[in-house]
Amino acid sequence: MPVTRGFTGKRRGAAADQQRAERLPPGQYDTGSDWPSLTAEATPDVDVERWSMRVDGLVETPRSWSWREIHDLPGSSYRGDIHCVTTWSKFDTTFTGVSVDTLLEAAGPLPEAAYVMAHSTTGYTTNLPLADVTGGRAWVVWDFDGRPLSTDHGGPVRLLVPHLYFWKSAKWVTRLELMASDRPGFWEQNGYHDRGDPWLEQRYQGDP
Amino acid sequence: MTAAVETRWTTARIAAVERDGTRLVRLRLDVDGRQEHLPGQHYVVRLRASDDYTAQRSYSTASDPTDPLVELMVECLPDGEVSAHLHDVAEVGDVLEVRGPIGGWFTWTGDVTAVAIGGGAGVVPLVSMLRHARRLGIADRLRVVAVGRTLEELPYAEELIAAGAFVALTRENLGSRVAAPPYPEEVRDLVDLPTPAERAYVCGSVGFASFAQRVLGEAGMRASEVRVEQFGATG
Repeated sequence: MPVTRGFTGKRRGAAADQQRAERLPPGQYDTGSDWPSLTAEATPDVDVERWSMRVDGLVETPRSWSWREIHDLPGSSYRGDIHCVTTWSKFDTTFTGVSVDTLLEAAGPLPEAAYVMAHSTTGYTTNLPLADVTGGRAWVVWDFDGRPLSTDHGGPVRLLVPHLYFWKSAKWVTRLELMASDRPGFWEQNGYHDRGDPWLEQRYQGDP
Repeated sequence: MTAAVETRWTTARIAAVERDGTRLVRLRLDVDGRQEHLPGQHYVVRLRASDDYTAQRSYSTASDPTDPLVELMVECLPDGEVSAHLHDVAEVGDVLEVRGPIGGWFTWTGDVTAVAIGGGAGVVPLVSMLRHARRLGIADRLRVVAVGRTLEELPYAEELIAAGAFVALTRENLGSRVAAPPYPEEVRDLVDLPTPAERAYVCGSVGFASFAQRVLGEAGMRASEVRVEQFGATG
């Protein structure tokens, strides 16, 4: 591909810190203390008193938790980086909630369950291989850096799958549906990649 | 819902560059192997340094789908790596890497009546919708609200006014309208008249998008019929 005449790349001044530079997946930049917010739909007003989180589909026992019940589960935190397909990455975030493993354990996935569809209160959906939300790699979270997650960023509760691009971390999540076969979610129907690994630059349909 | 179409990286030659005001640059691109876009879709522009370092950003198309060139209006952001290059360095004849069109959600093809509210650079995809509507003779199905600080800072201000968009300036008076964000009753009129809009589009900064959604809600627009494209950082 052609070199852009006159382009040298000014963000690299900051990348003098080699360790930070190595934490950036290809095509990403360090957004620093900013946290850009991107949504496709009107931001909902979620009442925690009426909110519930449900795991259903191909499970032994469909389960749901109220706001209070989910807080009574053993908590779990993620500390690390997050990456958005729109090319920002944010370092050293801390999210607290509950591991998706804990929720799945309670519902008991059937052997044929291989994919998950995350559903939001807005109707937003995103699909994930079950293997991407198990083994301590995904959370349902309500705190960011020790404070309640803001509505803009998916509060009161969002999914967190930090090893994939952030559109997979569905905001305002209310349901995980286990499925035998894959089917595309909202952005996946609208041109985005089915899996979304930042290190492989799986941004749009047709990427590796 | 449109089917997802695969897009590959390709190259585009800059056919025209126009710098309006101090922060905006209008690029007209001749895209190799171009696919026709839908009004509201975006392109990714990728810049490459001689050692293969790259930076990429997405920009909405302003052009009508039948325009032989793809038009982008880029706002130069403080510390913007890609926007600053496009604003300060890019010239006619330069070759850029591009990918698109992308996005199948924030699109309007004229199938429903809609209200579209854009703030600042958020008016760009609405200009594509407006040009599309005018060409098809269906301008009555699209009511555009364009919000800017001043007329000079608002992209496509003259074209928007000429096309009948409702322009609200927040830092200077426009005709008899005193500087202010759009009032709920101003938006309500556009949502309701002459027939209720079936869908709404909101494009702008995080703060603007939140304001526009609230005003639309007060005007009776159902949240499920509001499509949002917001950009920028929250505090």
